[in-house]
Amino acid sequence: MSAHSGVLGIFEARDDAVAAIDALRAAGMKRMTVYSPAPDHTIEHALHEPKSPVRIFTLVGGLTGAATGFALPTWTSLHWPLVTGGKPIISMPAWVIIAFELTVLFGALSTVLGLFILNRWPNRKPLIIYDASFSADRYGIHLDVPAGASAAAARDIMNRAGAVEIREARGEVTSAS
Amino acid sequence: MATERRSETHPGIDSYGRVNRDVLKLLSVPGRAYRILFACVLVVLAWGIFAFGTQVVLGIGMSGLNNPVSWGLYITTFVFWVGIAHSGTLISAILYLFRARWRQSIYRVAEAMTVFAVLTAGLFPIIHLGRPWVFYYLLPYPNQRLIWPNFRGPLLWDVFAVGTYLTVSTVFFFVGMIPDVAAARDATTVTWRKKLYTVLAFGWRGTNTEWKHFNRAYLYLAALATPLVLSVHSVVSWDFAVSIVPGWHTTIFAPYFVAGAIFSGLAMVMTIVIPIRKIFGLEAYFTPRHFDMMSKLVLLTGMVVFYAYLTEYFIAWYSVETPERYAFWNRAFGEYWWATWIMLTCNGIIPQLLWSKKIRTNIAAIFTITIFINIGMWFERFVIIVTSLTREYEPWQWRPYMPSWVEMSILAGSFAWFFMWFLLFLRILPGVSVAELKEVLPAPIRRLSGRRIQTGEASP
Repeated sequence: MSAHSGVLGIFEARDDAVAAIDALRAAGMKRMTVYSPAPDHTIEHALHEPKSPVRIFTLVGGLTGAATGFALPTWTSLHWPLVTGGKPIISMPAWVIIAFELTVLFGALSTVLGLFILNRWPNRKPLIIYDASFSADRYGIHLDVPAGASAAAARDIMNRAGAVEIREARGEVTSAS
Repeated sequence: MATERRSETHPGIDSYGRVNRDVLKLLSVPGRAYRILFACVLVVLAWGIFAFGTQVVLGIGMSGLNNPVSWGLYITTFVFWVGIAHSGTLISAILYLFRARWRQSIYRVAEAMTVFAVLTAGLFPIIHLGRPWVFYYLLPYPNQRLIWPNFRGPLLWDVFAVGTYLTVSTVFFFVGMIPDVAAARDATTVTWRKKLYTVLAFGWRGTNTEWKHFNRAYLYLAALATPLVLSVHSVVSWDFAVSIVPGWHTTIFAPYFVAGAIFSGLAMVMTIVIPIRKIFGLEAYFTPRHFDMMSKLVLLTGMVVFYAYLTEYFIAWYSVETPERYAFWNRAFGEYWWATWIMLTCNGIIPQLLWSKKIRTNIAAIFTITIFINIGMWFERFVIIVTSLTREYEPWQWRPYMPSWVEMSILAGSFAWFFMWFLLFLRILPGVSVAELKEVLPAPIRRLSGRRIQTGEASP
């Protein structure tokens, strides 16, 4: 089975797309990808998706940064224990600043790493199931159709919801942009 | 066609498609005026690099720096550019968390300004070094002599704060741009642009999972950038406040510097956006309301800064500390009295004009005021650094300071460096956030047009 086997419906109004999502889900067809030109809460609600786990990356990165920020100055100061300014070798108040900056640095970088891992970026493959208008003003719904099953029902639903265009998206058949 | 409604924040923009067309039009072939401006910027930059070259070859004596003023124009300009950087993060992160719905169109420009301003600021501590080629001694790297930097020193805190700020703001800038670069990728027909945007878009398609992870990541980046922006200028202020130089040794410095940074940064955003708006015909994107809102923020932060100036004088008097009292008397009436009065006039008095709604909505007036603020904020740092150092400790070591031609050329070169990046940015990357702007525009909806869509009985 080709991974790209399915139907791609293109909509020019958000409520049409949402109506199609609702109808497809009601018909038990839930394996879909929805394309939108802007982040959209209405679509998010229609899809009933769980929260993004990217926050785990932020948390782990931030904690690693904090730990590094205390460990690095402590270790290097003990490595060459030279008293400066009459202050203790391990000067915690100063370490707090380093730890704070590294918390932010590691937290931010691991958040971005999480974003890339979760989205499987960079996606170097040509954009097959895609249309250039999705980044401008149109919405798209791609429904995975298992091999052997008929796409007629899905096409019918999308049609009735007001799709302006429906394509068979199978492998290299549809190539946009 | 789908029915379009009006946005309350950007009433002049009527559809998603128009946003793409208008914004991506900025990426067209540059005109004659742009090329001339760019050439001028390169000439000034080349002059600045030449001046720096003479300093490298002939030594730091080419600058006016000497004892006791070993921090002169370079550190003044460093603090100035770090300050300029701050409003970008304010607009992109803090106003994002506060859900200020007017920030969308302006934040990309502000964020670009942040990245380029930190990039400029970061050069100055290195230029300021007598031997700039050993700048990497600042970093904690394993070395044969087993020597590590002194983490108790505020200058090292600065390395971590400014380094983190540069990294995080750059990452924030490029990650935030992914959906917009994808839009540019889909619209462009120029080969090199297509290649560049394809790389920078990382294969973005705008799917529901991509948006979900993207929005969350953006939220956490904003949440991390917010305390970061407040910390960076606090750490910069501790370079001064942790020492015992009269005029520097005060606890008020951190909040005073942060307010000043946001004040100067917002002024710079407006100084830059006003000509862009005019030249590129983006009046529908940068509306008078934007300038009204930013002017109010400038007024607020300006009042905080002015209050801090007055508090400094009050505390100097109230402390009954002779050196402290002298330092502040010297600021206002000593040999650098003119710098102090430029600072007080530009930052304390001129912004008071913004109380008037008439002035806040007059673009030409705002432009003039923000230029005064930029000048005033540069002089603020000059006053803090130079007046304090020329009269440091014992009278026998007092010595006046004036920047040399090398320092002035490098200052001019830093502006050229900043504007070079900015001009390149305007032509290469989307200068207004396409995706975020769509968030505040009404989505294309058909139902209002009266055509009924049957959805309930759609199941087979």
